[in-house]
Amino acid sequence: MNKLTVKKNKSEIIYDSSVEDSKHISVKNKYDLFINGKWVKAKKYFKTINPSNEEVLSEVAFADKSDVNKAVSSAKNSFEKYWKKTKPTDRGKYLFRIARILQEKAREFSVIESLDGGKPIRESKSIDIPLAISHFFYYAGWADKLEYISRSSKPEPIGVAGQIIPWNFPLLMAAWKIAPAIACGNTVVIKSAETTPLTLYKLAEIIQEAEVPDGVVNIISGDGKTGSYIVDNPNINKIAFTGSTEVGKNIMKSIAGTDKKLTLELGGKAANIIFEDAPIDAAVEGIINGIYFNQGHVCCAGSRLLVQENIANLVIKKLKSRMNYLRVGNPLDKNTDIGAINSKSQLKKITELVESGIKEGANIYQPNCELPAKGYFFKPTFFSNVSQAHRIANEEIFGPVLSIITFRTPKEAIEKANNTCYGLSAGIWTSKGSKVFEVLKQLKAGVIWANTFNKFNPASPFGGFKESGFGREGGVHGLLPYLKN
Amino acid sequence: MNKLSVFLKEFQNPVDEIGTKERASFLASRSIKNQTKIDFIKLAVSMIDLTTLEGKDSSGKVYSICQKAKFPLAGDESIGPVAAVCVYPNMISDAAKFLDGTGIHLASVATGFPSGQYPLKLKIEDTINAIESGADEIDMVISRGKFLEGDYEYVFNEIKLIKETCIQTSQKLSAKKKTEINVHLKVILETGELETYDNVRIASFIAMFAGADFIKTSTGKIQPAATLPVTLVMLEAIRDFYNETGILIGMKPAGGIRTTKEAISYLVLLNETLGYKWMNNDMFRIGASSLLNDLLMQYKKQVTGYYQSSDYYTID
Repeated sequence: MNKLTVKKNKSEIIYDSSVEDSKHISVKNKYDLFINGKWVKAKKYFKTINPSNEEVLSEVAFADKSDVNKAVSSAKNSFEKYWKKTKPTDRGKYLFRIARILQEKAREFSVIESLDGGKPIRESKSIDIPLAISHFFYYAGWADKLEYISRSSKPEPIGVAGQIIPWNFPLLMAAWKIAPAIACGNTVVIKSAETTPLTLYKLAEIIQEAEVPDGVVNIISGDGKTGSYIVDNPNINKIAFTGSTEVGKNIMKSIAGTDKKLTLELGGKAANIIFEDAPIDAAVEGIINGIYFNQGHVCCAGSRLLVQENIANLVIKKLKSRMNYLRVGNPLDKNTDIGAINSKSQLKKITELVESGIKEGANIYQPNCELPAKGYFFKPTFFSNVSQAHRIANEEIFGPVLSIITFRTPKEAIEKANNTCYGLSAGIWTSKGSKVFEVLKQLKAGVIWANTFNKFNPASPFGGFKESGFGREGGVHGLLPYLKN
Repeated sequence: MNKLSVFLKEFQNPVDEIGTKERASFLASRSIKNQTKIDFIKLAVSMIDLTTLEGKDSSGKVYSICQKAKFPLAGDESIGPVAAVCVYPNMISDAAKFLDGTGIHLASVATGFPSGQYPLKLKIEDTINAIESGADEIDMVISRGKFLEGDYEYVFNEIKLIKETCIQTSQKLSAKKKTEINVHLKVILETGELETYDNVRIASFIAMFAGADFIKTSTGKIQPAATLPVTLVMLEAIRDFYNETGILIGMKPAGGIRTTKEAISYLVLLNETLGYKWMNNDMFRIGASSLLNDLLMQYKKQVTGYYQSSDYYTID
């Protein structure tokens, strides 16, 4: 019998690299601001890089106060002049157009999303881009049916929405925000995150191609300051923010006393609860998907694993062996499971919190995998022996780091799960249906998954309790914050 | 409580159907390219139990399948031979003659294949006869009726008896022929009749605990035969058994695997569930017949860059 000579590590055969082709994409060297349907020059530009190799991808405009004012007046102007008078079916038509063009360009968008943000191409291809598309399709359908969900027979839009989105799911977050806003007849000024501006400017090209009236969607880029100019602009009627709890609090302070409406989708420290009667192999997959999906840059990540004490050793053993099969590396390789950390500063934050975990005496585990020499990478990590009193059990790490806490009874699990300032999501793993419902009633979390984790659908509302924010995005609930009545 | 129920209790863990299917289809989406693809195709060919199990099987048919097993790609020895030829008991002596000295294993189905609805006495005789006729691998079927009745003890004892029969007959034959004969036992669960993944997991443990060398999905006579999720459930059972006992059990999906893409998916499943130790034909087999030519066609495509017409592949 012939024996094979193949590359292997200590546990498995290594696959040859299978890198997604990126020759077909078109990224300009420089992106201006997209205001009133035109590309508008800014005074300053900044570089956006590929976090997996630190190479510059493009330069984008930095919007200062006058640029923001320009964008907001363009949005206000187009709202007053025609968008609020546009027939609902026409608003739907434009959204359908955006969705369809995006669908045609899905491959290009997937590659750019992975280049700019560092996420594995497998995820941008199968989750980010298709979900963004389905949000546009979903809300396109609602545009002419709003009277069925509003208290009024003539639902009215609010006006100009200022939207600020994070860097973990750039295009998807833009879709979450733009689609319901314009379906309801609002106009939009949206700011991309500092490290991931590219797919939003590509979306601007689609908006032009779809012939959406000028000024209905204005897309700008910049840093936190730019965001604060949007928040403070008196012509903004509604703010939708997704990002850190700290910034969310600042936004609330600065709009106090105004009649601006607000929805916030902030941080999380979700409990993923594994009961003794859970299907353990599926639960281990759920743990992996819960915390290592998108390098853990997920606000609803299952970053606290609550596992019943009598099965903790078994679960940890299985988790360890499963982690040996995780592939960390080039985000464009189709077999990569964990890509690059989004930015240098995020890598620093993760490293700092992991060091605190070690210092505070928790047991760290990292699989024996090699990281690329260049770029920002972090090994998938978990801490066992963590108690509620550890920093890593309380603070949002926003990286591939899991804290494992044990519990003895369902009551204790619920208490520990709720013992956090956040309340965005949670997971329950048990083979008993009745236990699922008994536990979920008592969890203070906006999204709860049973025997699965990190599943999204445009028809299902998403949002948090406590310091994870308020207001819902997605589904019918996602339309209501954009309607006056 | 008896020993079996204590043992089963230890491994009793529900299998989540949706999660299993999701994991299997995720693994099937791995992108296997370039040299890895060539390696996996060669590996898959070397793992095939080339099978003919028909009422119309004859000496001529067995002769040609044995020739194909030896030289899958006529005139090109860079690929092959396959792991084994698998036939009905009446065909064993012919096959043994044709395979003599090749190193290719000879498997025979036994124990009242495919239904298993025969008296135990006959099943044992069936097994002894197969081994004495020259088979060095026995593919037995479990009593699914008894399993579904909940009589795990019966299923367990039956497998144990057949295993003992294999050992005793091997020893007798070894002494007689003065060569080391070690008959391997593959236990067919017929997962299509067990239906639920929980049943598949329990049956896997009964078989492994009773002494199976391999566990195998299907006879090929019942639909569905091998599927990726069912194979995943069995691989996970093998992994858990290994972690507890240190014993390596082999795996054989059989029936319904026809394309290279499917075969590669099975190897990915194996690679990322059990790892390198199982990536060889001592630990993994694929029961198939039409798969072989598709593998050869894809192999030629990888090596030369061109697809050839199916007329270039022999139909034996």
